[in-house]
Amino acid sequence: MCTVALEVERVRKTFTRKQGVPRSAGKHAIFKHKKKEEVVALKDIDLLIPKGETFGVLGPNGSGKSTLIRLASTLLLPDFGALRIFGHDVEHEPYAVKRLINRVSVDAAFFKKFSPIENLMYAARLYGMSLSEARPKMRAIMKRLGLKESTFTQPMEHMSRGMQQKVAVARGFLTSPILLLLDEPTTGLDPHSKREVQAFVREIRETHDTTVLLTTHDMEEADRLCDRIAIIDDGKIVALDKPDGLKAMVPAQNGDKTTMEDVFIALTGRTFEDAEAEKVVVA
Amino acid sequence: MRSRAVVREMRGAYAFVERNINLIKRYWGWELVWLIYSLTNALAITYIGNGMSAITGQEIDTQAVVKYLLVGALIWQYLSVIFYAISEMIAWERWEGTIEYTFMAPVSRPTHLVGTTLFAIGYGVIRTLAILAIVSAFFHLDLSGANILGAVLMLLAGSVSFVGLGICAAVLPLLYPERGAQMTNAVAAVLLLISGVYYPISTLPNWLQPIAKSSPATYVIQGMRSCLIDGQATRTLLSTAGLLIASGLVVIAIGLVVFRYVETYAKRAGRLKRSG
Repeated sequence: MCTVALEVERVRKTFTRKQGVPRSAGKHAIFKHKKKEEVVALKDIDLLIPKGETFGVLGPNGSGKSTLIRLASTLLLPDFGALRIFGHDVEHEPYAVKRLINRVSVDAAFFKKFSPIENLMYAARLYGMSLSEARPKMRAIMKRLGLKESTFTQPMEHMSRGMQQKVAVARGFLTSPILLLLDEPTTGLDPHSKREVQAFVREIRETHDTTVLLTTHDMEEADRLCDRIAIIDDGKIVALDKPDGLKAMVPAQNGDKTTMEDVFIALTGRTFEDAEAEKVVVA
Repeated sequence: MRSRAVVREMRGAYAFVERNINLIKRYWGWELVWLIYSLTNALAITYIGNGMSAITGQEIDTQAVVKYLLVGALIWQYLSVIFYAISEMIAWERWEGTIEYTFMAPVSRPTHLVGTTLFAIGYGVIRTLAILAIVSAFFHLDLSGANILGAVLMLLAGSVSFVGLGICAAVLPLLYPERGAQMTNAVAAVLLLISGVYYPISTLPNWLQPIAKSSPATYVIQGMRSCLIDGQATRTLLSTAGLLIASGLVVIAIGLVVFRYVETYAKRAGRLKRSG
């Protein structure tokens, strides 16, 4: 078995967006010509994540984090370069890759009128799991994430954002992926739900042979959960090290401990908020 | 190893059947609305035949016209269900926001389509039978001389063609996240116009008739009328049914190739994202 969970080799990804521009300034202008604009989401990224590691990608909105996760999920194809998951090329061996991975995204995308059980059953069948294998497992994971049994059969649309995201985490882990892709799994959650999801991620790492790729813009979360962190800004990796190694790059000021935010400011010359304000969301 | 892979694919196909059944259960209100719409549509069209003598003021074999229209309405009902169930498989996923999760699952696209097709045929049969049962209460439908076996054969042969057309149309929501679903409606409307559903294709303008002859629905509906109204023997329909199945398989193969090509394009252009 390959000991490298994810290898990203000089990956570049550009999106083309069309923007409608009125032909004339008149108020009755109907026909618009489309102006094409190229947005570079990832600029020749290189990464190597060994098996068993929890690897964090930290960056502001629009920095290319979700694009990286979508590329690893086989949902996007790179313009240039290659991604390999446990030695399988994402572009040329997508089925081999799909059997090894699962993903939790920032938006808990479900059939809204289905119950958690119905949604998870659908996911389990797509991954070839039997009913007898899937049922006890999905119940156990949902219970572990703090969901009450009474919610298992109620429509998802009646559940809070936090509860929906816990079901999304359960779906991600149900198929026992050896590479779990977590794309801002705690964004928008209340502090209690956030802690529960973070505890579950830590537990996965301690009790299972799962490699985790976590993207976040929560610096504290990255610091707490990840073995190594890559700081990404404007589609480029500007630093990659263990959390302590990153903090050691920036001298402490006024006797305060260096935070990840200090590291980001020192490396990019901007705060997270500035970077997000500048950037149009690209992925 | 091979048998495990087959079991896995079968479970994958069943995922789509079960999911669609659950969608019907959860959206039963919509189902009821569409059933009423389809039913009243079939009734309204058939009443045109019933009122033909009154409209023209001439003696007309009303029973024959009613049968002609009713068979057309019911068969179109069935074929359009097959077409929409398959062509909207991407549109539904976009609407619910689950498209990325379905596309990153280890299920091959043919398996995806097999599951969707099995559901579509079962759903289409049940829905059409329900409409037939209700319509029968309004019109006396004498099917004593009908060749039911031949009709079933023609219906199955026509299903193959419509599965292929559905796959081809399903690429539209993949290519055009916002307008794709509406485009599939336009495809269905053109098929309805040219396929002789409510009138013989000989009444169409000359330039439209070659196009009408290229529509598989034209042959399915003609064959169904021959079986149900004229009681035509099954053996005389075998060549038409064979041709429909063969052409349907070709369209399915083309559809799968086109779908694969468009899926790759969507992944390159980033169009799988839920909102496009």
